[in-house]
Amino acid sequence: MKSVFWIARREIGSFFYSPIFYVVTTVFLVLYSFLFFAIFSDFSQASLQAAPQAEALQKAGYSINANEMVIVPSLGNMGVILLFIIPLITMRSFAEERKNKTFALLLSSPVHLREIVAGKFLACVTVVSFMILLSSYSIGFIVLMGQPELGPILSGYLGLLLMTGCYIAMGVFASSLTDNQIVAAVIGFGMALLMWLLELPAQNTDSGIGMILEYISLRSHLESFLKGVIDTSDIVYYLSFMAFILFITHQVLDSRRWR
Amino acid sequence: MIEVEHLTKNYGPRSAVKDLSFQINQGEVVGFLGPNGAGKTTTMNILTCILPATEGKARVCGFDTFDQSMEIRKVIGYLPETPPLYQDMGVADFLKFAAGLRNVPKKKIAAAVDRVLEQCGLGDVRHRIIGRLSKGYQQRVGLAQAMIHDPKILILDEPTVGLDPIQIIEIRKLIQELGTAHTILLSSHILPEVTQICQRVIIINEGEIVAMDTLDGLNASMRHARRLELKVRHPSDGIQNKLEGLDKVLSVQTRGRDFFVIESESDVHLQDEVARLALDQLWGIEELKPMTLTLEDIFLKLTTEEKEVKEAQV
Repeated sequence: MKSVFWIARREIGSFFYSPIFYVVTTVFLVLYSFLFFAIFSDFSQASLQAAPQAEALQKAGYSINANEMVIVPSLGNMGVILLFIIPLITMRSFAEERKNKTFALLLSSPVHLREIVAGKFLACVTVVSFMILLSSYSIGFIVLMGQPELGPILSGYLGLLLMTGCYIAMGVFASSLTDNQIVAAVIGFGMALLMWLLELPAQNTDSGIGMILEYISLRSHLESFLKGVIDTSDIVYYLSFMAFILFITHQVLDSRRWR
Repeated sequence: MIEVEHLTKNYGPRSAVKDLSFQINQGEVVGFLGPNGAGKTTTMNILTCILPATEGKARVCGFDTFDQSMEIRKVIGYLPETPPLYQDMGVADFLKFAAGLRNVPKKKIAAAVDRVLEQCGLGDVRHRIIGRLSKGYQQRVGLAQAMIHDPKILILDEPTVGLDPIQIIEIRKLIQELGTAHTILLSSHILPEVTQICQRVIIINEGEIVAMDTLDGLNASMRHARRLELKVRHPSDGIQNKLEGLDKVLSVQTRGRDFFVIESESDVHLQDEVARLALDQLWGIEELKPMTLTLEDIFLKLTTEEKEVKEAQV
């Protein structure tokens, strides 16, 4: 287990040395902030218009709610932006090691292959969590301006973290396939997008296949987290998805030794 | 310390190493000599447990490379042909990482880093970024990385390749110093390099061992020897003695229990005598032939000239 820590620590360190991390984080924050403030200004306009008839609206069962109107769509947007951004974080995991021939150091050290995979995965999760943490200034903004419910915010972030964990697992897997980082990024992005889009065709069908597709889709499991519902079956889905992809990554790396 | 038996490694249909057998004893500095593409790196990758062998066995310190690879990795230090250096790290930070990876206890890491920095002459550059160092210094960092856990065995793949002559001399000196305390297997395609550093040489060509001897022995056999290979179906213990007992035989080497290399003066033909003896003793001749690829041929393929280094030494 110590080796996992050493590998992850080195990996995280090298993120902070590389320009890719800063560029990617900046782009992520700019895109997210832009969408956030667009939504936020819509919301403030809507609440301004609604203010005179607030009581009447409340009696009719309508409410204007920062959680529902700002935070849920913002977190949803963040999920989409991360879909594009994460492959750029994960692409180097194994591709770079192979290209620079540094993988021999890890392979000849008393470290199990599964520890190497775990270390790489953990490093990427830490980096992406850090990015998400930076973006959470927006929540602070809402807390200052209004009184959002904290429960759904926290559960939303938990769901988002779990879903990005799945993106990261796919990205790390893509990186194990090739020693070209761009190829790794493209494959990682393609896989993540596919898993995200799976529920689209499901919406048009009532058949069993539609339900299966919807269940497999990463996005469908995020929904309840955003609403503030923490369902163990969703957590189990995300965790087993990650474990499965990381297991395949391990197998790919192991089989490469035999060729 | 290192025992290799009938090692074979295939990459698809091509075999990089064929039926390799050799031994390295504790404290020896052994040169692994062969032209490019002879299978040196493949063998080293198997010994360091990076690649599994297709057939055969390799043991390091009594541990099997396949079943007990974690034990081997703890006692072996490896410098691959391209040193595995993270270009964006500082020298000391990288060595700390290597120490952690190699299970050096946390409290001893600082001391271990200081030790290898000192041994490899890296004290002045400990805070520099690896990518900005010269090739010679990078090679030293690679060597330091291999020694950080004070391994019993050092495996060095072409440690001087790509260096300038002065750097080559420095690295060789360093390896010679290390040889006093470690068992070292180093590969090279440069003959003079091996003659300077090593006590014993294994010459390999196209995945097969062509000679394995001390330097003096090699020199002697180069000059005036003819060799016969004998492979028998019914190996027994007395064969080597009986072959040595033949008239005009200079020496008999064994490779495995059933394979013998018989050396004689260059003007003597021993085929008949050996065949007669084998028939009488019912050893069952599997193969009897003069060695086809002579040492001289192999040596011609190796880089024998080292003009620049000689000049630098002067």
